[in-house]
Formats: sequence, structure tokens, C-alpha cells
Amino acid sequence: MVGKARRKGALIYRQTRVTRITHWVWAISLFFLLLTGLQIFNAHPSLHIGKESGFDYDNAILEIGAQKTDAGLIGVTRLFGVSFDTTGVLGVSGDDVQAIPAAFTIPSSRNLATGRVIHFFFAWVLVGTLALWLLGAILSGHLRALIPTGRDLAALPRDLADHARLRFHHRAGYNVLQKLAYAGVLFGLFPLIILTGLCMSPAVNAAAPWLLDLFGGRQTARTLHFAAMLGLVGFFLVHMAMILAAGPLNELRSIVTGWYRTDPEETKE
Amino acid sequence: MTPFINRRRLLLGAAAMVSGCKVFDDATALDSSLRSIFASAGALTEGSQRLIGGAHSLAPEYQPGDIRQGQRPNGSVNPDSAEYLALARQDFSPYALKVTGLVDRPLSIPLHQLRAMPARSQITRHDCVEGWSCIAKWTGVPLSLVLAEARPKPAARYAVFHCHDAIEKSLSGLITYYESIALADATHPQTILAYGLNDAPLPIANGAPLRLRVERQLGYKMAKYIHTIELTDSLAPYGRGRGSYWADRGYEWYAGI
Repeated sequence: MVGKARRKGALIYRQTRVTRITHWVWAISLFFLLLTGLQIFNAHPSLHIGKESGFDYDNAILEIGAQKTDAGLIGVTRLFGVSFDTTGVLGVSGDDVQAIPAAFTIPSSRNLATGRVIHFFFAWVLVGTLALWLLGAILSGHLRALIPTGRDLAALPRDLADHARLRFHHRAGYNVLQKLAYAGVLFGLFPLIILTGLCMSPAVNAAAPWLLDLFGGRQTARTLHFAAMLGLVGFFLVHMAMILAAGPLNELRSIVTGWYRTDPEETKE
Repeated sequence: MTPFINRRRLLLGAAAMVSGCKVFDDATALDSSLRSIFASAGALTEGSQRLIGGAHSLAPEYQPGDIRQGQRPNGSVNPDSAEYLALARQDFSPYALKVTGLVDRPLSIPLHQLRAMPARSQITRHDCVEGWSCIAKWTGVPLSLVLAEARPKPAARYAVFHCHDAIEKSLSGLITYYESIALADATHPQTILAYGLNDAPLPIANGAPLRLRVERQLGYKMAKYIHTIELTDSLAPYGRGRGSYWADRGYEWYAGI
């Protein structure tokens, strides 16, 4: 016996240069878009449904504010009509009276003007690289790798069960849950967050009024923009958890160098 | 090969995440090079929005039933200069709008004469840069008609609006509000000098006696308490040279988003 060294599968070139570069540009862009977006949100920390924001009537689904009490200022978050004391996190945190704490905004102090300038810069970076990626993905056939096939969908229950047991298969292609998650971001959340962002522009409203109608008015679009952000944050958390569970070094290598080690049984033939 | 570039990108991103957000506070200084990189995207935004919107696209107009509340006032709501207070005491009857600068015929148009000119009413949505919106009916005289009477010189590129209100005091005195728009926006059919709000005279809180509506841009472009419109070929001589009170304080001069 020579020892019990695990048999290694083949190293395969899994991620093209375009995919790897755009992946990291998106990661950086989304980091800035999130934190400057929260800065912008702090200027009016409430979300409404409809064409306008109700001041004399209530069409808010989320409001974050501060209230004076005998015990001092407390942070209050009202979600779908139910109020929560969120002192220390939302509304009031440390010495700051602001909806989202300074640690989660760029710039760290209240500065709407600068938040907007950085937000729109990275919005352009995101849109530009998304267009570049789409072109590359169409040309390389990578796009097909993201779309679940009938066979994929048939394997969905087994794939769900495998993921639940943290039993991962390292194949050349994506498994069906990966395909659904990546396609959901690229063809669902990205277009949603870009279009609802554009919907908040009065100039775009004039040029494309149908977009405003599609999303049910400017304030609904603003709320959907926020919801899409939550979706992307959720994706990020699951994405990180899956990478840690599936073997962070191998996963990281594939998105940095392109090379990915597959399981031995997957490369037998 | 690219792996090195990618690794560097990765490290940069990771460094940004762990060191918190204060690193980027440099960008708050208007003259920092970091900010000028970020702000360069503004030209792309303005260019592409002007391209897709063209000169004639109209902001959405709403139905009377969409007016569900009063117009929320913001910015200054109660100018306190002696000159303005004197006008307000007389219900603005002595008020006259001055049109000066690069025009063949400088004008001083009394308020009653502005009200007698062909009027336009529009129910539109006011979008504040903070994020909120409010729908109201605005009535006023199209700015294009006023400018046509003054006959702009060919060199005129911008209309600058000088206002009665002062948001802050500096060592050298009051800093009064001013704003400017491109001549192309000044002659847009929905660009009006409003004297009426929701079928009543424009209240002081909303900019009486005369305020601007530029419906394809954000609220801060829509100067209130206007006393003079000046046509010019350069914005450098006004305020800190960026074209408006808020642009001088870091907001984009073009406010299409």
C-alpha cells in the first residue's frame, strides 16, 4: 500500500477570462453600489407604494426613524404597519441619528451628494461590464451553460437533497441550483435593479414613460430597487456559504485563474 | 497572463471590505482627484439621457385624481430679506421679473403682465433628490415665451435664475440661492415660470411669486422666489462657479437622475 492519498480528479479550465474579470468587477461595483445606495436611502429612509410618497396619507411599507422618549432617543422601524424598537442598529446607532449606521454607508458621514456621485459611477461600471459579459457569453456559448436543461430540472430534487446534506459534486458544468441562482441574478435581479434605478430618473421617465408604468410608478420602482438589493445581498450570503462548504480554495482558484479540480468520478470517461 | 491582475483586483476588493468605508471619505472633497474620477461618469449620464430623451420628450403628466395631498415644500420656505418681505406684504403686486444678460431686449415684466401671457397648466411629479415624490398641478407662463420677448443673443447658452432666498450665512454675508439650466431645457414646452399651484396662487412656502418648473430634472433645479433671469455663455462668474447653489455643494449640475 502506498498510502491512502485521495485520488485527484483532473484540473479543467472552467472560467474564461471574460467571466473572471467581469465577476470581480461586479463584486467591487456591487460593494460600492450597496454602501452608497444605503447612503442615498438615509436621505429619505422610507419606502412607498405608488406614484408618489404619501405625506398627508400613508402608503409606506417601511419607515426608519428616531423618536424621543423619556429614556432618550430610540430607533423605530415600522414595517408593514408594525413598529419595532431597533435602537443601536436602525434609526439610532451609537451617537448617530440616521437610518442605516455609518459603518454601512459610503461616505461614512451623511453626504448625499457624494453618495450619488459614487453610486452613478459604479452603476455605469456594472451596466458596461454586464454588456461586455453578455456579448462574451453569447460568443463563447457560456450562456447555454447557465440555462437549466430539462435533464437539470428533473435532477432538481436530488440536487436539493445533496445540497441539504452538504454533499457537493465538482463537475465541469454547473449543477441545477447553481444555474438557477446565477441565471436569477444575471437575468432577474440585475435587469430589475438597473431598470428600477433608471425608473427613478425624471429624464428617463420622459424618454420611456412605459418603463414607469411597467413598475407601477416611481415610488414603487424605488421600493423594488431596494427589494432587488436585498435579493442580491441574500445571493451574496448564500454564495459565500456555498463556497466555504464546497471547498473555498478550489472554488476561489477557478474564479481567479480559471482552473478547477473536478471529482475523480466525474472525469472518468 | 491575467491571473496576477485578477489576484490584485481581488486583494483590492478585500482591502476595501476590511478597512471600512472611511477610506472613501476623501471623495467628499469637491476638488479631490478621487472625486473627479467618480464624477466623470456624470458627463456620460447627461450625454446619454439627452440622447435618448431628445429635446422634445415630455415628462409624464397625471390626472386630477392623482393629486392626493398638498405640494410638500422644501429648501427655504420663508425668505426674510427686507426686499422680499416688503413684496410679500403687498401680495407681490409691485413685483416685476427682470430678464437680463445676453439678450437684445432686457425686460422687467410685472407680475400681472406675466399672468396675462398665454399660460400652461400641468399636473406633474416633483422628485426631490432625497428620494421622495409629490404630484401637483402647476400653472405658469412658458419660459420660452418670456425669453422670446427678450430675444436671446446667439452667444447665450444658459439661463441663470437669481432668487430672493438665502439658505445660509457666510462671513461675507448671505448666500442667496441661484440655479441655472441649459438653454435647450429653458425652451422645453413644460419649462414654465409657475405662479399657481393646485388652482390657487403659489404659496410663499412653494416659491411665491414665481418659481421654475423643469420637469425632466430633480427638484433642486426648480428655483423658487426668482427675481432675475440672466442669460449667459458661462457659469463661472456665479457662486463658486459650478452653476448653482447645490452644484457648488457637490450635487450634479445636470439633475436628470
